[in-house]
Amino acid sequence: MPGKLKAKIVAGRHLPVMDRASDLTDAFVEVKFGNTTFKTDVCPKSLNPQWNSEWFKFEVDDEDLQDEPLQITVLDHDTYSANDAIGKVYIDIDPLLCSEAASVISGWFPIYDTIHGIRGEINVLVKVELFNDLNRFRQSSCGVKFFCTTSIPRCYRAAMVHGFVEELVVNEDPEYQWIDRIRTPRASNEARQRLISLMSGELQRKIGLKVLEMGGNAVVGYLQCFDLEGESGLVVRAIGTACTLDKLSSGSAPNTNTHVHPNTAPASNACNSPSKDGKEPVFGEDLPSFSGPPTPFRALPTSSSSPPPFSPSKPCSRQSSSSDTDLSLTPKTGMGSGGSAGKEAGPLKTLLRQQTQTALEQREFPFFTLTSFPPGFLVHVGGVVSARSVKLLDRIHNPDEPETRDAWWEEIRQEIKSHAKALGCHAVVGYSESTSICEEVCILSASGTAAILNPRYMREGCLDIGSTDHRFEEPSPPSCGFCHIPYDELNMPFPAQLTYCYHCRRQKVPDVLFTTIDMPPEAAVTGKGCLIQARLCRLKKKAQGEVNATAISNLLPFMEYELHTQLMNKLKLRSMNALFGLHIQISVGENMLLGLASATGVYLTALPAPGGIQIAGKTPGDLSNEHHILTIQKRINDTITKNKELYQINPPELTEEVVGSPIPEPRQRSRLFRSHSESSDELSELDLSHGKKDAFVLEIDDTDAVEDIHSLLTDAPPPTGFYSCNTEIMPGIYNWTTGVQMFTSVRVFRLSNANLTNQGLNKIFTDLCENLLKSFYFKLRSMIPCCLCHLNFTVAVPEEELIQVAVTAVAMTFDKDQTQEKPADKPVTKGCSETEEQLQFPLELCADSSSITTQTSSKISGVPESTNVSPRVSSLERSSPLPEGRSRSLRSNRSFGGSSVPVVKMTPLSFLPGTRIIKYLGIINMFFIRETTSLREEGGVSGFLHSFIAEVFAMVRAHVAALGGNAVVSYSMKECVLMENPNKNQAQCLINVSGDAVICVIETDQESMPSTINVVQTCSSGADGAT
Amino acid sequence: MAVELDVFVGNTTIMDEEVYQLWLDGYTVNDAVKVRMEGGVLEEFEASADVLLSDTMDQYRTFQMCERLLHSPAKLANQLLFQIPPHRQAILIERYYAFDDAFVREVLGKKLSKGTKKDLDDISAKTSVTLKSCRRQHWVQFIGCDGFDNFKRVFKVVEELKGPLVENIRQHFLLSDKLARDYAAIVFFANNRFETGKRKLQYLTFQDFAFCAGQLINSWTIGAVDNMVEDMDVDLDKEFLQELKELKILITDKDLLDQHKSLVCTALRGKTKAFNEMEANFKNLSRGLVNIAAKLTNTKDVRDFFIDLVEKFIEPCRSDRWTASDMRLYLTHYTNSAHILDTFKHQVVWDRYMGVIKSCIFKMYHD
Repeated sequence: MPGKLKAKIVAGRHLPVMDRASDLTDAFVEVKFGNTTFKTDVCPKSLNPQWNSEWFKFEVDDEDLQDEPLQITVLDHDTYSANDAIGKVYIDIDPLLCSEAASVISGWFPIYDTIHGIRGEINVLVKVELFNDLNRFRQSSCGVKFFCTTSIPRCYRAAMVHGFVEELVVNEDPEYQWIDRIRTPRASNEARQRLISLMSGELQRKIGLKVLEMGGNAVVGYLQCFDLEGESGLVVRAIGTACTLDKLSSGSAPNTNTHVHPNTAPASNACNSPSKDGKEPVFGEDLPSFSGPPTPFRALPTSSSSPPPFSPSKPCSRQSSSSDTDLSLTPKTGMGSGGSAGKEAGPLKTLLRQQTQTALEQREFPFFTLTSFPPGFLVHVGGVVSARSVKLLDRIHNPDEPETRDAWWEEIRQEIKSHAKALGCHAVVGYSESTSICEEVCILSASGTAAILNPRYMREGCLDIGSTDHRFEEPSPPSCGFCHIPYDELNMPFPAQLTYCYHCRRQKVPDVLFTTIDMPPEAAVTGKGCLIQARLCRLKKKAQGEVNATAISNLLPFMEYELHTQLMNKLKLRSMNALFGLHIQISVGENMLLGLASATGVYLTALPAPGGIQIAGKTPGDLSNEHHILTIQKRINDTITKNKELYQINPPELTEEVVGSPIPEPRQRSRLFRSHSESSDELSELDLSHGKKDAFVLEIDDTDAVEDIHSLLTDAPPPTGFYSCNTEIMPGIYNWTTGVQMFTSVRVFRLSNANLTNQGLNKIFTDLCENLLKSFYFKLRSMIPCCLCHLNFTVAVPEEELIQVAVTAVAMTFDKDQTQEKPADKPVTKGCSETEEQLQFPLELCADSSSITTQTSSKISGVPESTNVSPRVSSLERSSPLPEGRSRSLRSNRSFGGSSVPVVKMTPLSFLPGTRIIKYLGIINMFFIRETTSLREEGGVSGFLHSFIAEVFAMVRAHVAALGGNAVVSYSMKECVLMENPNKNQAQCLINVSGDAVICVIETDQESMPSTINVVQTCSSGADGAT
Repeated sequence: MAVELDVFVGNTTIMDEEVYQLWLDGYTVNDAVKVRMEGGVLEEFEASADVLLSDTMDQYRTFQMCERLLHSPAKLANQLLFQIPPHRQAILIERYYAFDDAFVREVLGKKLSKGTKKDLDDISAKTSVTLKSCRRQHWVQFIGCDGFDNFKRVFKVVEELKGPLVENIRQHFLLSDKLARDYAAIVFFANNRFETGKRKLQYLTFQDFAFCAGQLINSWTIGAVDNMVEDMDVDLDKEFLQELKELKILITDKDLLDQHKSLVCTALRGKTKAFNEMEANFKNLSRGLVNIAAKLTNTKDVRDFFIDLVEKFIEPCRSDRWTASDMRLYLTHYTNSAHILDTFKHQVVWDRYMGVIKSCIFKMYHD
């Protein structure tokens, strides 16, 4: 019996009146885990019952602990008839299974009913006792940590990045089972919620097993999705990046702003290239006002005396993984790690590529779901790779054999892999997968950024690579290296205009760069970035089955092409030359397809300046037309000038002659590879490069073109004081203050006119998105100066005439007055290899800032011992460890006393500005269904959804608070499916959210490190606030 | 073509104070949008009317969802649905329970049979408070003891509580001290059915009455002597009212009355222009005040307390053109001189009575 789960029901409050006669409720609670159920006594006639139950103990397998949620049902006792359910609480106990996460769940949970919403709250205590049977431990995957965050979590360092993990499980959707015809909507909803909870648990456990096999101990960038395939079933799938993470003891977490010169610089390539003055610290120096530790990354141990850091409590066997050639990377050669190819090192470059490729090719899919990386990890970026496939769904006959779906994804991934290869890249970063389902048609999409990675991070054993690195004389400087082309100049995968890098002048760069990742923090940018969206609607005929799938397949390439053209034009219009965080969503409805591409445009200093946009008419003779063209041309030129000013794009004038590189001729080129296949393996590649046509010339020869140009110019810039981006942070803003407002907004638009044209639809769709943005700016105007970060748009066509747009983002304030110069932005003209030294830097810092002897000893062993002081925020502090909004309200928070609800911050980013994450408490992954049969009474669909979203937020916050946390980072709403039937006064909505529960403390500055530790209470028992 | 659904939900609930006030004042969404447009928020922020409408709708929905919680403000602090910073919670509550003085004055102590729409309309028209806002303040419903309203809510809660009235209101409704005192006054007036609607009392404001209520609560209720009984601050101290009868000796005993007069006149001589009037009216005025005291055992006379004060004391003084400082001077000496009367044994009751009378008259003596 490897585990004992204990639960105690303490009290309830604000319960609904269940007995009309007495205006009271006779409440009791059922606690269920697996097939075991306990009951509390009935607490008669009270809306605020005190049960104070005994500890209910469940003795269970750890496998069950991972799969099953703890199910708490609050009921109203009725002597004569059936007891009425008040509502339920599902508690995911996974966080308790990992010694580094939470140790107790204790707090008030909203009692949730799928028909009535939140109905009061219940106070629950949950603990798990795991028997330390290490062998048993590994049978399940208890102890593998999961993170939604798509970078190395901030109080860890990655000892190794193993690579891609994926899994999917399928089942029948209870909503479509025959029994659903006879059971109540509540029973059906609860069956679904429970099933999905079970499936998520199972999925996570299976992924965990794969991670253990690979020798890792964590999954980073964990992305779990549901495909509601209707009749044909329910698919839960997940992808992630397996890593081996070492926890940095929080007291000695590296401080971002401290310059520490590693005194044990590795003997690697530092010698050849004298590094520049500052050892540029990793993330932190760029962003002095937020202070999460720089993504700590430990590439290689400095000497043999520091063995690979593995926590003794983590029984992951690294040896076992070596037999697993498919999954773990064990390079045969043990060389070729140089990272970046020197300009002159032609043959060497090839050699290097071969070596790293062999290294990566050993794994099935060299994919990484991460979007930002430790310095030195990303060597070159090729461009965006994407693949789509249209499939016809059929019923999943055997839930235990999800092969069909597996095969579909396998196919898509293979495609992505081959696209990356074509770009001369051996890996794909910023990788994600998604689906869009309408009736029996399903579009599977995958996209990522082809890249060349430094293989050192993936290699087992951390070889001494110093000698091999000598060959590469001038590794690329971090501020521009990733822009340098990874492919062969003479054998380019597509027509491209190359120039010498405007930053280092040594290697070739493309004129435009599209990526799906966050901008590397060390990248040199000019001015600020901005959100760029391409929006597109395409009507299609209603059809069934194969015909429908074919029609969609035929439309897809045109949509991709147009979206791409729009993006490119909008990028030029803003005088920018690179896109980060590119996400293209194509959503299918019965009679139309919606395409939405969002990205953050930026001017990379290393890339050439974009040229303008030329307008040309087809009939030069026509005078009135000429005049028209001139007017448009002027408007475009004016817009470009205005945008340059707005985004402060004043690239330094470069003397071209010095390097002798050709002035880049403006030429549009695509790095976007796509293909689609329709129920078959047929692949087709589309060259989006417009052939040889000069893409800057927009010809207006028909109404379409006029429309296009018009739509180009209708995008309003954000009002003064606002910036927006869809990446983690805004390129060009570095001084964040602590104001944070996460929000979710949903709009549904009903198209009344049945015979709409594509243009008409486009206009409606564009206006819908633009108006949403305008609404955000207006609502958040009190936060100015502020930036909307991580703007994540999701579009759907829930019904024939409806367009739904859901947005989740965070508004963050920044200090306008402070100098916004990026501190680390130094002209790096010579290659330097300081990355090597930086890699040592977190370790060094551990030693430097730790005054406690145990921590010093941990430095020697290279890992904090598990018995080390485990810092915890005391329950008192927990209630208000963060400033609410502006700092001034912090005091009022505190003064409010113990009765108030602890504040829980939420953000889609991986950090909260002004704070330091000291502990990750586990993943939050929740699925809720809400249904109503009194839609009008609840304020219509808006009222219904408004309260549901508020309820979801409340439940997320409650779970985080119960884990002892005060914030959710990397929060996302992955699913929001709304079905309405106003005529029947009914509506149903499904929402799936996820994120990482964390404890964070306010970071003032590095001098006050001890004082921040003061708010951290040492508590070795780990049961703070529990007893 | 129409926006079918439009919601915006922040992790920290976003509330605009201006919109909140419009909502409280009973504006419809469309009217609120108009007011906001006239306020110039659009020009300030280059937004369109659609944006404003969407924002107003969102906020109205939020307020409607919050209203249930505002009915028992303590719940607002420990509910989980909305994450609202404490200082904002305080604003929400304070504004929700705030009322229009003119409106309250209109119905204070008035006995309206049922909260009919017509009554509301009349008061609404008279005080230019919108109907929705009237409903929120729900005076009429309360007085008709029908419905659920701020006032009744307050009343219902404090009815069942022991301890000081103001403090109970403050703690249970998380109101500011000032607002809690005003509510206490309203409860107190309603409980004792004080007459405030007579024409002669029209010149008094709600704040005048609220002040007097505070005086009465502090000195004349049971709570003034025993702070652990129910209704301690709403019911007048019966024993005290009985004892007040003893004061009659001041006007029935002729020697005492003359002695009192001469003491007061000695003290006042040469200090005021109104001396002659004071001397001439002394016996009348003293009879007036003492008679009020002696009759307070009758519920009917308690109701007429304010009208009696005005008729028996304030009006005669006003017709003699006493100034406010004359009044102060007179009442001070009138009260103090009674202590020197050696045959007058009811000093404690006298002080408890006159202390309140003095401050009430000071407050009420204006145009």
